[in-house]
Amino acid sequence: MTMAGGNFEKYKSDGSLAGNVLEWVDARFPATSMWKGHLSEYYAPKNFNFWYFFGSLALLVLVIQIVTGIFLVMHYKPDASLNAAGVPVAFASVEYIMRDVPGGWLIRYMHSTGASAFFIVVYLHMFRGLIYGSYRKPRELTWLFGVGIFLVLMGEAFFGYLLPWGQMSYWGAQVIVNLFGAIPVVGNDLSILIRGDFVVGDATLNRFFSFHVIAFPLVLIGLVAAHILALHETGSNNPDGIDIKEKKDEKGIPLDGIPFHPYYTVKDIVGVVVFLMAFSAIMFFAPEGGGLFLETPNFYPADPLKTPPHIAPVWYFTPYYSILRAIVWNFFGLDAKFWGVVAMGASVVIFAFLPWLDRSPVRSIRYRGPITKVMITLFVICFLILGYLGTQSPSAMGELISQICTVFYFGFFLAMPWWSRMDKFKPVPERVTK
Amino acid sequence: MKKFLIALLFAPVLAFAAGANVPLDKWPGSVSDKAALQNGAKLFVNYCMNCHGASYMRYKNLMDLGLTEQQVKENLMFTSDKIGDLMMVAARHDEQKLWFGAMPPDLTIIARARGELGNPGAGADWLYTYLRTFYQDEKRPTGWNNVAFEAVGMPHVLWELQGTQVMNHETHKLELAVPGKMSPAEFDKAVSDLVGFMVWMGEPQQEYRKTLGIFVLAFLALLFVVAYALKKEYWKDIH
Repeated sequence: MTMAGGNFEKYKSDGSLAGNVLEWVDARFPATSMWKGHLSEYYAPKNFNFWYFFGSLALLVLVIQIVTGIFLVMHYKPDASLNAAGVPVAFASVEYIMRDVPGGWLIRYMHSTGASAFFIVVYLHMFRGLIYGSYRKPRELTWLFGVGIFLVLMGEAFFGYLLPWGQMSYWGAQVIVNLFGAIPVVGNDLSILIRGDFVVGDATLNRFFSFHVIAFPLVLIGLVAAHILALHETGSNNPDGIDIKEKKDEKGIPLDGIPFHPYYTVKDIVGVVVFLMAFSAIMFFAPEGGGLFLETPNFYPADPLKTPPHIAPVWYFTPYYSILRAIVWNFFGLDAKFWGVVAMGASVVIFAFLPWLDRSPVRSIRYRGPITKVMITLFVICFLILGYLGTQSPSAMGELISQICTVFYFGFFLAMPWWSRMDKFKPVPERVTK
Repeated sequence: MKKFLIALLFAPVLAFAAGANVPLDKWPGSVSDKAALQNGAKLFVNYCMNCHGASYMRYKNLMDLGLTEQQVKENLMFTSDKIGDLMMVAARHDEQKLWFGAMPPDLTIIARARGELGNPGAGADWLYTYLRTFYQDEKRPTGWNNVAFEAVGMPHVLWELQGTQVMNHETHKLELAVPGKMSPAEFDKAVSDLVGFMVWMGEPQQEYRKTLGIFVLAFLALLFVVAYALKKEYWKDIH
């Protein structure tokens, strides 16, 4: 029996009207097999812990962003021209949503808080994969779809951040698009192609709007579907990193597996409620997120003639921004800026290679030794330090620290084939533990 | 080992601290003080709106300060006669550019824009300090300079209320050379009211947002009890 997409018996009507309709539908559409294969007879390990909430929460935030986004698009105007008061129309339309649209402020704060929440849950979701070896064979493709989701999400967030047309929106986009100019030969034309103009302007705003509300969400939803389908084909990993399909009962059901529905649906509801409490606490009492979720300089409308003294991306991009700034040397006759872009790109894409870099004989951190624990802890610390430094103005000390952290960041991945094998390992149990 | 690693994890977070160039005086007001906000609104339309717009606001929103339509129309509307109109500046943009070199910024959300990373509410402190630290400076084209905003383009619009301050270059402190219509304490209160109005105007529903938030959190707390009990009930046979 396969976990998903298996041959489930078609629905047989009990003679009632509803039963007849269902039988008619089920003969023409895989309703029963989808319900059973992905929910009521999809067997998930029974020992999921705290870290396993963030997959379903990421899905919840995706829904929040799409639904609130639909309503924002009804009132938002992607227009960089100045209104009668001398303010860009796009910027003024956001304030119009905040003041004149009934409930608009709530929808807008849900969307702005949701953007940061998305990255928080996705980072925690990725961390879970890292500590329990969820990316290891046979779940490589699930992981690759996940890396794809992460990349598209970064694009989605980048395009979306331009739309309020504030000072940080404008100058952040200007800085990032200019980076493409550092690519030899094609760079300059490429950055003009992205902007649709020689500077960030109305053409840029409109194409970013199009990417943000149509192109990227479509790709995102497709990748999320592929991510879940691939996961349900192999079955979920668990905190012990052992394969529950190796021990089955006479009916072919994993001994340590429980149907996703109702067990994990009711458990995830608890996670959803706790998440919504944290989400609401921020949204209702500190919607600026301490100046991290809504950057205060972004309350000034975009002014192409006034460069802010300090341009910082939003917090979820700052680790990569620090890596970009850490590269200050020219190599092979190419500008340091180019290598910075290469390092920044590599620091994100390198996650895709994890399934093949990790050579540990066991998946889960529970049965791996001190080397793994220290390496992962140092990696998280480096990531947080890089993130912090990315919010700050450049300084000599900050540059040195970010260079050390960048070296460790890449060393963590590139040396993994060696350090992941060197560790002391504990025997892995046959069945899942509590 | 585990505790040590967790402590290390949070070390970078503790290093978070944002510093201002000039020590700011804490804004003493509150956005829930309706009378102060009304006084602030009056000062705003009389002194600020000659040059600065509040173009995301509508006059009718001022009724949320506990005023009737009649009161708003008679006391606060000088640039329009329609209560639903935006609070636009009276002066013309091209003329302003000529006078000041740049268009004076829209002030609707200035209190939010002046916030700091780690302390978004610091915008109020900045405004409260800025509006009280103008001093006479012959080297500036307007004759005025400011402690919180070096080489500011704006003259001291509230000078007749505060009087004229000069900088004592030995003590680096401001001294009141010519008293104004108000005593220093009265002036501080007036500026506090004005800043309060600007903080309120930055997000007029901010008090309602917090009230609603309490109800939402209370509902979620209740929902948590139900959801947790449901989970316990389903999972009691899983060992």
